[in-house]
Amino acid sequence: MGEIDVKLTADVLVIGGGPAAAWAAWSAASNGANVALVDKGYLGTSGATAPGGTNLLYLPPDQKLRDQAVEQRFKGGGFLSEPSWTYRVLDQVYINLERIEKWGYPFVRDEEGVPQRGHLQGLEYMNLMRKVVLKAGVKVLDHHPSLELLVDEHGVGGARGVSRLDNKEWEVRANAVVLATGGCAFLSKGLGCNVLTGDGLLMASELGAELSGMEFSRAYAPSAAFGTITRGRLLGWATYYDEEGNVLNSDGNRGQILHRAVSEGRTVYAMLNKADTPEKQAILRSSHAVFFLPYDRTGIDPFTQKFPLTLRAEGTVRGTGGIRLVSEDCSTTVAGLYAAGDAASRERLMGGMSGGGAFNASWAICSGTWSGEAAAAYALAQSRNAGSRDLRPAGRYGLQAGETSGSVAVGAPASDSSRPSQKELVAAVQQEVSLKINYFRNVPSLQGSLARLNALWPIAGSFSERGGIQQRVRSREIAAMAATARWMHTASLERKETRAMHALAEYPEQDPNQLHRITLSGIDEIAVRYDKVPGSSA
Amino acid sequence: MIELVSDDRCIRCGICVKVCPTHVFDADAEGLPFIARQEDCQTCFVCEAHCPADALYVSPYADVAVDVEEESLIANGLLGSWRATVGWGPGRTKLASVDTTEFINRILPPRPGSAAR
Ligand SMILES: Cc1cc2nc3c(=O)[nH]c(=O)nc-3n(C[C@H](O)[C@H](O)[C@H](O)COP(=O)(O)OP(=O)(O)OC[C@H]3O[C@@H](n4cnc5c(N)ncnc54)[C@H](O)[C@@H]3O)c2cc1C
Ligand code: SF4
Ligand code: SF4
Repeated sequence: MGEIDVKLTADVLVIGGGPAAAWAAWSAASNGANVALVDKGYLGTSGATAPGGTNLLYLPPDQKLRDQAVEQRFKGGGFLSEPSWTYRVLDQVYINLERIEKWGYPFVRDEEGVPQRGHLQGLEYMNLMRKVVLKAGVKVLDHHPSLELLVDEHGVGGARGVSRLDNKEWEVRANAVVLATGGCAFLSKGLGCNVLTGDGLLMASELGAELSGMEFSRAYAPSAAFGTITRGRLLGWATYYDEEGNVLNSDGNRGQILHRAVSEGRTVYAMLNKADTPEKQAILRSSHAVFFLPYDRTGIDPFTQKFPLTLRAEGTVRGTGGIRLVSEDCSTTVAGLYAAGDAASRERLMGGMSGGGAFNASWAICSGTWSGEAAAAYALAQSRNAGSRDLRPAGRYGLQAGETSGSVAVGAPASDSSRPSQKELVAAVQQEVSLKINYFRNVPSLQGSLARLNALWPIAGSFSERGGIQQRVRSREIAAMAATARWMHTASLERKETRAMHALAEYPEQDPNQLHRITLSGIDEIAVRYDKVPGSSA
Repeated sequence: MIELVSDDRCIRCGICVKVCPTHVFDADAEGLPFIARQEDCQTCFVCEAHCPADALYVSPYADVAVDVEEESLIANGLLGSWRATVGWGPGRTKLASVDTTEFINRILPPRPGSAAR
């Protein structure tokens, strides 16, 4: 990186602009810290929640209901979670949803006057969170993607990046950093997901942090074949048809119908004809309203006409893999570094399964709250001011020559005409996380894919294209996506069984001897380690 | 993908340039935004929801550019329709305050096997 144009110092730096980041920033500021938040996009619209909305894991304080939910989750997650974490989330999310209501979110009430707090409309929610964060005194920097962290022998010390709107280099120094950069969805155009490229996983790994649960990254979400709206719940009212018009889900089960068809290049059509009265249709329309946009705008009545579907890769977004948390305060193995939301491994809460279970949204709220509080306490306890630390930028991959800390060669010069373009590199990585390879997992195909990704890594991991600021950010995103795909496949090959959302064709059963978590570290060379699940007998 | 910035309707407030998560717009010297990087559009519709003048149109087609005509979008009630649904703008009822999501399980279709997601 060249000259730094804008330099700031804070106690806590939050990286991200989704719900996890918003809650972390609010929480850190509420605990007395001076907080800066940098987002790749805009706090209020960016990330997986804002454009649509989320169902929450939310239960009234009724012990029986909560016990049941915890029990069900423990099984569903392949026994890799810790029930105590689920109870903590249930407690915390209840408190925070009351807060959201107090701040002005207009929850609907049922006939008895009970507020219905189990769903948040994304735009309303995140617009409100922006106001709350600003009111708490947080310095919010939109369109400030972070490209790398700062570090010294005492741990993390801030980050650097670019400001997309005015082409400036920025640096924020802070004794504590919360990574809330979301998951990695491989630029597949799922709703709100194209800012989610695994940047946080790469930044953390460059500091030596560990990842956990990366094999639980097999989520694909349905949308109109031509569209992006990957909120799939209303497809519960759909009949599925093949190209000849035969009904595919006559047993009521949608199962893997779509996954098989899309991977084999066949089209599946859907029609919401199970919502068969105007009353039912009206209820669906004002629930996940965004679902209807593509149909309303193309003149399709989804209740009476068929529409084609596809699947969009969600990688770790509705998976559970991410930065390994070492304690209940969302700290990592790096001093001063915390992770929240989809950037963090959600294994401790939900084991190997997230998906439609509404856990991720509640996790973002809770992990944000906890990490913000802990980051504030950590930062305020430091005697050194971050501004006077001898920090160096830690980025090593996908950065411009002169931008890296120098420990790694930057590969072929970016102007080399034999180099693949960024578009080609993105397509190459996407190919390796296609349904064929990453959903219908089997050993030889994963091995082949990992070998291709490893061969691509020297190119994908170095600076890929000269141009403007978008190219610079994309170069780093390509490195992060390629690294994430390598971590996913490495972990998937390591788990020689079928457990929770991970399935390997050669090993269709859950193996009691593999009741452990798979922890990864390293980038060029990936080291694998097994972690015992606390409380388990294995 | 984003297809239209209405010169007529736009009040040059700059909001769309700020709120687009993937930085698709730039503004000209007069403050009129233009679609500078359509290929980066993720078809998320948030710019439309935030535009106070209903001056933007996001086509639902994620991967192909399509021709749109302002007059026919207006005639079909599409310009500003997402903001109206979200319930933003003076005198409107917020979608969040009439959200029926918590009640959809009451009308689940009968089906054998696992529950709807
Ligand atoms: C369509 C859809 C529907 C969903 N529905 C549900 C549901 O019903 N229930 C549920 O529990 N979960 C659901 N999820 C998952 C849920 O949306 C996510 O778990 C949640 O948004 C995670 O919050 P987050 O703050 O961690 O990440 P996100 O909301 O994804 O935000 C990540 C933020 O990080 C920023 N960022 C990324 N890289 C950088 C960088 N380098 N520098 C600075 N900032 C960066 C992004 O701009 C973004 O603002 C859904 C997801 C999708 C895609
Ligand atoms: S948000 Fe709407 S009115 Fe404001 S600049 Fe953009 S197009 Fe114009
Ligand atoms: S639809 Fe989303 S990505 Fe496209 S221009 Fe509008 S805000 Fe930007």
